[in-house]
Amino acid sequence: MKLQNRHLLGLEGMSKDDITLILDTAESFKEVLERPIKKVPPLQGKTIVNLFFENSTRTRISFELAERRLSADVVNFTTSGSSVAKGETLKDTARNIEAMKIDMVVVRHSSAGVPHFLSRVVKANVINAGDGLHEHPTQALLDMMTLRQKYKTLEGLRVCIVGDILHSRVARSNIFGLTTMGAEVSVCGPATLIPRYIERLGVRVYHRLEDVIPHIDVLNVLRIQLERQKSGLFPSLREFHRYFGVTKEKIEKAQHPITIMHPGPINRDVELSADLADGPHSVILEQVTNGVAVRMAVLYLLGLSN
Amino acid sequence: MQQILDAKGLQRTINRLAHEVIERNKDLERLAFVGIRTRGEYLAHRIARKIFELEGKQLPVGVLDITLYRDDLRGRLDQPVLKSTEILFDVKDKIIILVDDVLFTGRTVRSALNALMDLGRPARIELLVLVDRGHRELPIKADFVGKNVPTAKTHEIRVLLQEIDGDDSVYLVNHDRKKE
Repeated sequence: MKLQNRHLLGLEGMSKDDITLILDTAESFKEVLERPIKKVPPLQGKTIVNLFFENSTRTRISFELAERRLSADVVNFTTSGSSVAKGETLKDTARNIEAMKIDMVVVRHSSAGVPHFLSRVVKANVINAGDGLHEHPTQALLDMMTLRQKYKTLEGLRVCIVGDILHSRVARSNIFGLTTMGAEVSVCGPATLIPRYIERLGVRVYHRLEDVIPHIDVLNVLRIQLERQKSGLFPSLREFHRYFGVTKEKIEKAQHPITIMHPGPINRDVELSADLADGPHSVILEQVTNGVAVRMAVLYLLGLSN
Repeated sequence: MQQILDAKGLQRTINRLAHEVIERNKDLERLAFVGIRTRGEYLAHRIARKIFELEGKQLPVGVLDITLYRDDLRGRLDQPVLKSTEILFDVKDKIIILVDDVLFTGRTVRSALNALMDLGRPARIELLVLVDRGHRELPIKADFVGKNVPTAKTHEIRVLLQEIDGDDSVYLVNHDRKKE
């Protein structure tokens, strides 16, 4: 078994078989993470660079742990104080990486398409760790892994992604992945934060949480970026919380348990109430654990594909 | 294709191996089986069941997936599918009987030893195989052998087990057409 592509740039167009292979492999790695010695040798001698042009602690740590647990050598590159701050172009950065004989590149960038560009100019395997407003495939894979563990299958599962869909690469990757796996996906948020024509991706659009809650099994609550308020897309955090904040009172209207997910970091009591985040139906910490396993699976499958 | 063991012969061999294991390991308390996926797993279960019949003691049986430890993982056209290791007991200070169907180059056993060591520090590891066909590439020797079968490199030993193949049998297959 082998993945179709030697890079992971996004979930758009990825086949059901490939997603299933990644999720199955990740389940096997989860067992490794429960051992006293959480390290296995398959990527011994491989060098991986984590190119983070945008700040992220969580995703970088998750990737770095996954890389080290597969016995790879890891180099971290962050933009502050680097050659990028000195005016180096992306292409030159890539060429330099190439010259240093790196085997795999994990890249995060504020512009969409950077991983795609890199995959064309370097020989290494490229993994997208988030590109602009485009995709964040490993996040969606870990979300799907978490749901598959809980519901056994994604087929027919009703998932609603709520919040700032417009600026969310997590939403886009989840929509591509979940629809491929046969789930029913909807999005919910203020009209200003929902991209036009998103229905064409096969999702239903709601503007009131009350309308969608009775018809779903899972709520994936997105982080609202506090600085968006300044751009005038929604009037105030208090108002956002009132209409789109997920709270116990709103959830109880469903009269059946709804699984709560969040990609983190949470703004407690803004997009998600604290009692739900810590409640019995929250799988937020499982998502974090599965994140390492899913990234190990992706690195393993791509790293051995050449 | 030549049959080396039929269903009855296979069962007798397994029975003998079970006797040998308990004869040489008087202290059953510390004994545990680890089968190498896929057929080693079923063989380990069968031997453990036989020991239960003989001694009334159920010995723990674990399953080892050696995919991550293979030395030929890179450069294979078809990647082996990774499965889980399921060893639900602590290997520390145990006497582990490592079980596989066929001992050939010894590379699988080398991988399994490394994988086991990463799980803890067993007191001792002993190797049990159903068929030893020779042609070792590493200094590895089995402690318990079901049957020694002299082979050429072009031969294949095919072990069939009821649990997955629907039949109990061991065959010697000759891939060198000219001699057949």
